[in-house]
Amino acid sequence: MTDFLLYALLAGLGVALVAGPLGCFVVWRRMAYFGDTLAHSALLGVSIGVLLNINLSITVAAIPLLMALGLVYLEQRGILSLDTLLGILSHSALATGLVLISLLPDVRVDLMSLLFGDLLSVTLNDLWVIYGVASAVVLLLILLWKPLINITVHADLAAVEGVRVGAVRTALMLITALVIAIAMKIVGVLLITALLIIPAATARRISNTPEQMAVTASAIAMLTVIMGLGMSWYADTPAGPSVVVCAALLFILSLLFRQRS
Amino acid sequence: MSSHPLITLDKVNKSFNERPVLQNISMRLMQGEITTLIGPNGAGKSTLVRLILGLIRPDSGLITPASDLKIGYMPQKISIDPSLPISTCRFLQLANASHSACHEALNMVGISHLAASPIQTLSGGELQRALLARAILRKPNFLVLDEPVQGVDVTGQNALYKMIGELSKSLNCGVLMVSHDLHLVMSATDQVICLNQHICCQGHPEQVTQDPAYIDIFGQTTAIYSHHHDHQHSIHGEVLDSQGVHQHGEGCNHD
Repeated sequence: MTDFLLYALLAGLGVALVAGPLGCFVVWRRMAYFGDTLAHSALLGVSIGVLLNINLSITVAAIPLLMALGLVYLEQRGILSLDTLLGILSHSALATGLVLISLLPDVRVDLMSLLFGDLLSVTLNDLWVIYGVASAVVLLLILLWKPLINITVHADLAAVEGVRVGAVRTALMLITALVIAIAMKIVGVLLITALLIIPAATARRISNTPEQMAVTASAIAMLTVIMGLGMSWYADTPAGPSVVVCAALLFILSLLFRQRS
Repeated sequence: MSSHPLITLDKVNKSFNERPVLQNISMRLMQGEITTLIGPNGAGKSTLVRLILGLIRPDSGLITPASDLKIGYMPQKISIDPSLPISTCRFLQLANASHSACHEALNMVGISHLAASPIQTLSGGELQRALLARAILRKPNFLVLDEPVQGVDVTGQNALYKMIGELSKSLNCGVLMVSHDLHLVMSATDQVICLNQHICCQGHPEQVTQDPAYIDIFGQTTAIYSHHHDHQHSIHGEVLDSQGVHQHGEGCNHD
């Protein structure tokens, strides 16, 4: 096996590990569109990073995080419904990112790899970043698991019982921004939400508890990465979309199981 | 049975976007007493409950909780996404309680057989009981129940009210209950507060239902608690008193 394939596999598995549990929260809290918006803003993060000559790993996490905080502020002001706000921000961020990239003096950025991922170009340095971030995310999820589940069920009830709802929500946004930043390399900004949601939705059909669903989603996401890379290797298809196609196939397969309640 | 104030409100005001929702609310909620909060839609009942729970802050005025205050809260309605696999027992355990404490609480509200059932499959009445179980789980001395019988049929409503009365007695806790049907909660209520952005009237159920302010809002048929209402409310709840006949009653300190 060649190095680049091994790196691709390890990178994909690292991202899949955290995409599973985070994807569960995206499904439980109905944040799919929210996740999409943050993912699209990661593209803006790339163009801003290149323009201002800042490390891209920082800007692709920072811009979605700023976007998330901005969304919370706008939603509390109650100007428009969250759905409309997300629609505006999501596509404005994507379009602004694309426009800024086209304005860059020398084309150093491969647009296709940003939009759909470039798993096969993962370097050893990328691996360090991915596993560093994934470890931080796993740690945060374990530490905050109980309050996260509690605010997902009912925020006011959790608040009365002493959970600091605002802080936990902000932490979840931070986690989301971090996962988006590392998932971008694997499936690109347009397919990140798929990597989050599809394994979680598949896991739901065979899970009885939140923990079971989170672990199963992780395992399914890892399996889809292996399957997608295999498909890409043998059929010479783009890696990111192949991973998502495999995730979708597993989901369809899961429909054969009776949903556990 | 000791009776001390669990929470005291002093001239509390709250407005949203410069629209006053609550004006000059002063009240005391006592240990071992059931207080029922009634009022038309938009009267600020939910806002008052959220202030008392500490979920929002007043614009002015003081809310003073007792040092030993421990609140058990039963929210108005709850919908949990079906994508979250969670049993009734696990739902209770979210309140930081042990497995055995959860079973005990489910037993007290009579649905211990549903412990393993997914919370989303519970019927309206069963779900309200599960919420009540979670509210009493942490051995509170103050229960806040926001429309506890919503979505429950009439027989179930009576049973639920009876259960709330018994539980509050056995736990010796104070209760604040938001309710639309005073005629059902009458017998179990020590104090009724009739709210319409300000406190229109308050007192024992028999007093309040004879109060014209109450009759004005709720009509004669359901009136069991009463007071004399000498003013009218605009659709926004402000006091309309063109003739200047309104006499401020005891504890009535709105403009």
